[in-house]
Amino acid sequence: MNISRRASLGGAATLLAAPGLASAQAAARTLRFIPQSNLASIDPVWSTAVVVRNHGLMVYDLLYGLGADYQVRPQMAEGHEVSTDGLTWDIRLREGLKFHDNEPVRARDCVASILRWSKRDVLGSRLDALGEEVSAPDDRTIRIRLKKPWPGLAWALGKPSANICAIMPERVARTDPFTQITDPTGSGPFRFRRDLFRPGDVAIYERFEAYVPRSEPTDFLSGAKQAHFDRVEWRIMPDPATAGAALQNNEADWWETPLPDLLPLLRRNRDIEIGVVNTAGNLGVLRFNFLHPPFNDVAVRRALLPAVNQRDFMDAAIGTDTALSVVPAGVFTPGTPLANDAGLEILSGPRNLEAARAALRASSYAGQRVVMMSATDLPVLQNLAEVAADLLRRVGFNVDFPAMDWGTQIQRRTSRAPVEQGGWSAFCTTWEGLDVSVPGSHQPLRGNGAQAWSGWPTMPRLETLREQWFDAPDQAAARGIAEEIQRVAWDEVPFIPLGLVRPPQAWRRSITGVVRGGSSLFWGVRRA
Amino acid sequence: MWAYIIRRVLATIPVMAIVALFVFSLLYLAPGDPAAVIAGDQATPADVERIRASLGLDRPYLVRFGAWAWDIARGDLGTSIFTNLPVSTMIQQRIEPTLSLMVVTLILAVSIAVPMGVIAAWKQGTTIDRLVMAFAVLGFSVPVFVVGYVLAYVFALELDWLPVQGYTPFSNGFFPWIENLILPAIALGGVYIALIARITRATMLEVLSQDYIRTARAKGAGQRSILFIHALKNAAVPIVTVIGIGVALLIGGAVVTESVFAIPGLGRLTVDAILRRDYPVIQGVILLFSFVYVLVNLLIDLSYTFFDPRIRY
Repeated sequence: MNISRRASLGGAATLLAAPGLASAQAAARTLRFIPQSNLASIDPVWSTAVVVRNHGLMVYDLLYGLGADYQVRPQMAEGHEVSTDGLTWDIRLREGLKFHDNEPVRARDCVASILRWSKRDVLGSRLDALGEEVSAPDDRTIRIRLKKPWPGLAWALGKPSANICAIMPERVARTDPFTQITDPTGSGPFRFRRDLFRPGDVAIYERFEAYVPRSEPTDFLSGAKQAHFDRVEWRIMPDPATAGAALQNNEADWWETPLPDLLPLLRRNRDIEIGVVNTAGNLGVLRFNFLHPPFNDVAVRRALLPAVNQRDFMDAAIGTDTALSVVPAGVFTPGTPLANDAGLEILSGPRNLEAARAALRASSYAGQRVVMMSATDLPVLQNLAEVAADLLRRVGFNVDFPAMDWGTQIQRRTSRAPVEQGGWSAFCTTWEGLDVSVPGSHQPLRGNGAQAWSGWPTMPRLETLREQWFDAPDQAAARGIAEEIQRVAWDEVPFIPLGLVRPPQAWRRSITGVVRGGSSLFWGVRRA
Repeated sequence: MWAYIIRRVLATIPVMAIVALFVFSLLYLAPGDPAAVIAGDQATPADVERIRASLGLDRPYLVRFGAWAWDIARGDLGTSIFTNLPVSTMIQQRIEPTLSLMVVTLILAVSIAVPMGVIAAWKQGTTIDRLVMAFAVLGFSVPVFVVGYVLAYVFALELDWLPVQGYTPFSNGFFPWIENLILPAIALGGVYIALIARITRATMLEVLSQDYIRTARAKGAGQRSILFIHALKNAAVPIVTVIGIGVALLIGGAVVTESVFAIPGLGRLTVDAILRRDYPVIQGVILLFSFVYVLVNLLIDLSYTFFDPRIRY
């Protein structure tokens, strides 16, 4: 490891002063982390932002935790019993669980938390619909009575993607689900210091001494959540070049989202390691507006398929290092249990621009203006949109490609008006790999019309298959349904998968034990 | 004089009211919706509507403006939509870094630019003059962020003399404080130095051609005395005016500089708030900037009486 001049001077000064030594030791027990964006909110149920979810996973514990094999295991729960008819779940809490205010975690806290989450989350809303009763017969038992069996309930309660079912004290969880909380008391391995929180600058977490980790080894979000750092500081640095320089200059330990352009520079530094932490990655998605021409015609959507080259999209999004992306990608996250090859040759076979043009000519498309939205302030999305706009033009669409920021785009996406009245035709985005690994939380596959994700397709076949997946008795059955969903997706084209981005992270080699699988986690990691 | 000051201070009230109305209307008309940003990618239109209603964003324009203006009149800048923190608290958290950056930049710029301009005027047409003017052109031409990156690369990454980023409060000691401000102040000061140096040179050239300067020379006054006592004081009014106008440049430049050097100041707070459509924060910060600008102009006007005794209010 190189020792810098400033560090040497700092070290000499440290030797001269005992308080300085204490300060250096404290610094060694502090992890300096540069998150992907500013932590603006502290409520992982109210906000769907990934950075808020990451905050939530530090501060709050979950009843169940996902392992690296994508299977859920009890986390706060000791275990559960399901009645023979599958309608009643009794989830038993582990002993010794405490909130950060040292109050014990009781079943009624969990009940209030589950109910609040059920009003906001996509899988929570299923519980809201299927739940007959969520109650706490005693301090350690949560009873969930359902109208129909739901084998995937534990998965829903433990899913790590937004919105997570964060367990909060009852007094906090009673907050209206559409109003954000102000009290950050959780029961996770880290305590959030709201008094030191400066949004846009720094968020500080301290190890929660009373946290009782599980005895099993750390396995992504399951097993022991052993915090080795006394303090974790999230330092917000909006400028990637500055963040990169801070990492190189030992002013930060870990950078969550290094820009692909800066990776060669970082790789040249012997003190820095680059790795993929979020192995589930993010699935690139080209989404259409199904309410208006031209993409309300399935023939127009299908026309694009022979021309889509996922490698082009991935190269633009994350660079030409093939270790950082996965193609071909179907509608489910590659590498996860339901990913399959059914009909995938439609995207993995030889590309044929002429076939796409001919298909478009044969469709109802009559040269209407196609508004392709992009968010110029989000480089990956902007790059995907650039490639998509070029593809649309080459196939023969009349493309309008207005520049806008994310705030404008996400508002415009809510518009159901035609393009002449401020509407839109298509956009690109990415979905967290864990979200789109199963049909239950796979929003781009929903076909429930006005209630669906932006674009609002009505595709009853997909909805029926989703319901069947919820009822699937075993993994083999679930896989069969997933294959059928993928076939239907090629037929109806609710979206076009653009490949899986596996964003790299960069950390100093003095940091070891980074837990891989999904989001950035702060247990297991320690200073060498 | 006091009557003038009171009149000017009172005049800020309608100015601020117009700024408030303008900012509010602009944000109302601008595209983007904080409720959609909060709701995120997965939200249904019903979710967005519920959030919009919970934030009061579904109320009519006049009702919203009236409620906001009433709060402002009572000294309440509102609460951030996203962080749930009072806007005044967020400004309080961020004001010290911006103020520090502006003060250090101002001191650096004035102490470099004024002598540069004076010397360039004195040595008009010489290599020194041309060098000063070349620097001025460079200062105007090179964007702040480029200067910032170059400085960070050379002095932080290569030479390891100064930190790349961040801010240490003054309460932690002078040296840690100034260590974090040297590079940003130089980066931000470039344009400012160029502006003041050019104005100083031009004004000094005009003053140096006046009869009383010739008289001072004829009476045997030394060059230093002519330049810095007789000429500079008479050239001060336009220079001070430019320094005042430059505060606006500093506010604009601070937005970029704070991002490049990760300084948690008001500039970054503004940008973050704009990107998220955090209306109360945007409105609060712009009102503050407007007030500062009005105040600085008042101070500049008052300073004229010091440099030119003929000016009376």
